[in-house]
Amino acid sequence: MPNMQPHKTPMPEQEPSVRSGNFREVALGYTEEQALNEAARCLNCKNMPCVSGCPVNVRIPEFIQKIAQKDYAGAAAIIKTTNSLPAICGRVCPQESQCESKCVRGIKGEPVAIGRLERFAADYAMEHGAQAEEAIQRNGRKVAIIGSGPAGLTCAGDLARMGYDVHIFEALHTPGGVLSYGIPEFRLPKELVRREIATVEALGVTIETNVVVGRSITVDELFQEGYEAVFIGSGAGLPSFMHIPGENLNGVYSANEFLTRINLMKAYDYPNADTPITVGESVAVVGGGNVAMDAARCAKRLGAKNVTIVYRRSEAEMPARAEEVHHAKEEGIAFAMLTNPVEVLGEDGWVKGLKCVKMELGEPDASGRRRPVEVPGSEHVLDVQTVIIAIGNTPNPLLRTTTPNLAVNKKGGIVVDEETGATSIPGVFAGGDAVTGAATVILAMGAGKRAAKGIDAYIRSK
Amino acid sequence: MYQIVKREQLSPGVVRMAVHAPRVAKKALPGQFIILRVTENGERIPLTISDYDREAGTVTIVFQEVGRTTKLLGAMQEGEYLPTFVGPLGKPSHLEGIKRAAVIGGGLGTAIAYPQAKALFEAGAHVDVIAGFRSKDLIILEDELKKAATNVYITTDDGSNGRKGFVTDVLRNLLEKGERYDEVIAIGPLPMMKFVSQLTKEYGIRTTVSMNPVMIDGTGMCGGCRLTVGGETKFACVDGPDFDGHLVDFDEAMRRNAMYRQQEREADCRLLSKEAE
Repeated sequence: MPNMQPHKTPMPEQEPSVRSGNFREVALGYTEEQALNEAARCLNCKNMPCVSGCPVNVRIPEFIQKIAQKDYAGAAAIIKTTNSLPAICGRVCPQESQCESKCVRGIKGEPVAIGRLERFAADYAMEHGAQAEEAIQRNGRKVAIIGSGPAGLTCAGDLARMGYDVHIFEALHTPGGVLSYGIPEFRLPKELVRREIATVEALGVTIETNVVVGRSITVDELFQEGYEAVFIGSGAGLPSFMHIPGENLNGVYSANEFLTRINLMKAYDYPNADTPITVGESVAVVGGGNVAMDAARCAKRLGAKNVTIVYRRSEAEMPARAEEVHHAKEEGIAFAMLTNPVEVLGEDGWVKGLKCVKMELGEPDASGRRRPVEVPGSEHVLDVQTVIIAIGNTPNPLLRTTTPNLAVNKKGGIVVDEETGATSIPGVFAGGDAVTGAATVILAMGAGKRAAKGIDAYIRSK
Repeated sequence: MYQIVKREQLSPGVVRMAVHAPRVAKKALPGQFIILRVTENGERIPLTISDYDREAGTVTIVFQEVGRTTKLLGAMQEGEYLPTFVGPLGKPSHLEGIKRAAVIGGGLGTAIAYPQAKALFEAGAHVDVIAGFRSKDLIILEDELKKAATNVYITTDDGSNGRKGFVTDVLRNLLEKGERYDEVIAIGPLPMMKFVSQLTKEYGIRTTVSMNPVMIDGTGMCGGCRLTVGGETKFACVDGPDFDGHLVDFDEAMRRNAMYRQQEREADCRLLSKEAE
């Protein structure tokens, strides 16, 4: 009999008052007992609606049944057949809008906590040594992957399983892309990222750091070096700014820079790490996505007393995951909704305030969300010393500017065939933020997965 | 890992190093830069490429031991390895079509101006190099420059080499005597590039400056290196590092470069106290 408890089994977390002062992981993961309790809530539906909600089609009911049978390594092995990075997905996927949104248990009560169970199985396998994968039959054909973020790692893992010799070029000194430079330690421990990447390397994938494709070597030269196909997963690009006065004052950061200093360069551990960061007593974070939440929560952990999210629409329109908004609120982050910055005020070259206007919601715009309209005479100043702009980014410009004939759209995203990831250049495929602009880890992984199939079909047909 | 294959002290506090980095050496062009780290917990710092040897697979950098990272780097010896040495980054300088050029280096900037002068001179251009230093014992690359230019004018702030004055004094003198250039290339401290640009604007001479702001990734991701150029925000790592000197907001750039001065001083103190131990 399934466990008919209407709510998800809660997952233990660090207390908000404690965790807002440290960078350790917030969510602590299920115990075996909690995992068994939650796994028993799954109805093991025949038509598996949850699987269709997963961009990489994890065989969800099957792995949950394995957990229920206490075969945790077996559960992880099932996940790994379609997902190279389960410990990461279990933590950062927006399950509420994907697999869990399709769960039958969600009709009356809460859906099965699929993400938490995925995390449990993946962590178990990492802790206890994963089941050995079946030996891979190598086909001796070479594929180059540009970027070791979620898209590149997934594409690499899938191709390696098919037998390809896969080599990843990474521009930074640490692999992982946004998993390493973007998502903070307290949501995604870097040691775990390192270990998950090691499992991809164990499939025979090689990663070369400190190579900027487009500069150190071009896409054309990769083909000359014997690669039969190239996957571009170069990720996020230049941060967007608001184009308001004062944005270049000292104390204004893009979220990319703020988070890179903290996560990749470990500025939170300054002076043990050499890279510094400055955070005022009061901080405004502009934007309403997960990146804005991450930046705000990092600022708090770096000692800022008052951290305010400034967002021009209302909370209902915020693109951030509900869980992240909830966590931020618990940690004392303030939310100034329907508020739009119009100028960063400075003194002696440093930020001393953020001038904003109030907004109200008007008619729906192209995105279907109600368009915010300025309320006349509502100008006011937030007294802050640091402003972090988290309003997204445009795809990385390096490859499109150094690869002739690579078709891009008006926003600079690489144009691809949705099904295969094929670009305008034969043999060149792309996926992730380099195509879509800022999106999620799992969507990038889904794109990497489709491209792996596309690349396999392309090479076979040659 | 990237091996330091040669290390020379050019002047007190200024070091030249050749680093084995075949991928960078193969593609490097004048005007481009690299990013390096010295230790696993170290910062990423940008340094402009001073020279390269495609066959030997080496890239030469020249740096002044001013901050924590450059001091740690300066203390490294031949045979040691750097964990990161990535590039070439940024757009190469546009040197095509220049028949007469003044290449101006301020202090350490001379080492970065050198490949530009060399490339132009080898392409048959008339090249006047003007290099300025605080005093005689800080002069670097005099012999190299003489082989890479039509005329070399070296000046010192204190006159200790026999010519007293700033690079702008030498340039003004040449311009007043009727010298004319297709382009002036100025590389050095921000105030020097600012004053050279002001002077050349009077004469309507196109002027290129090489900007070296604070950077993290250097590949167009973090946005830390932004500058205002002609009223627009530009990113030195992907739009530069070369920009039109008549359009750069130098005052803003100087302010942004001082953003971490406090931390730089503290880091310096820690380094000193470590040395004292």
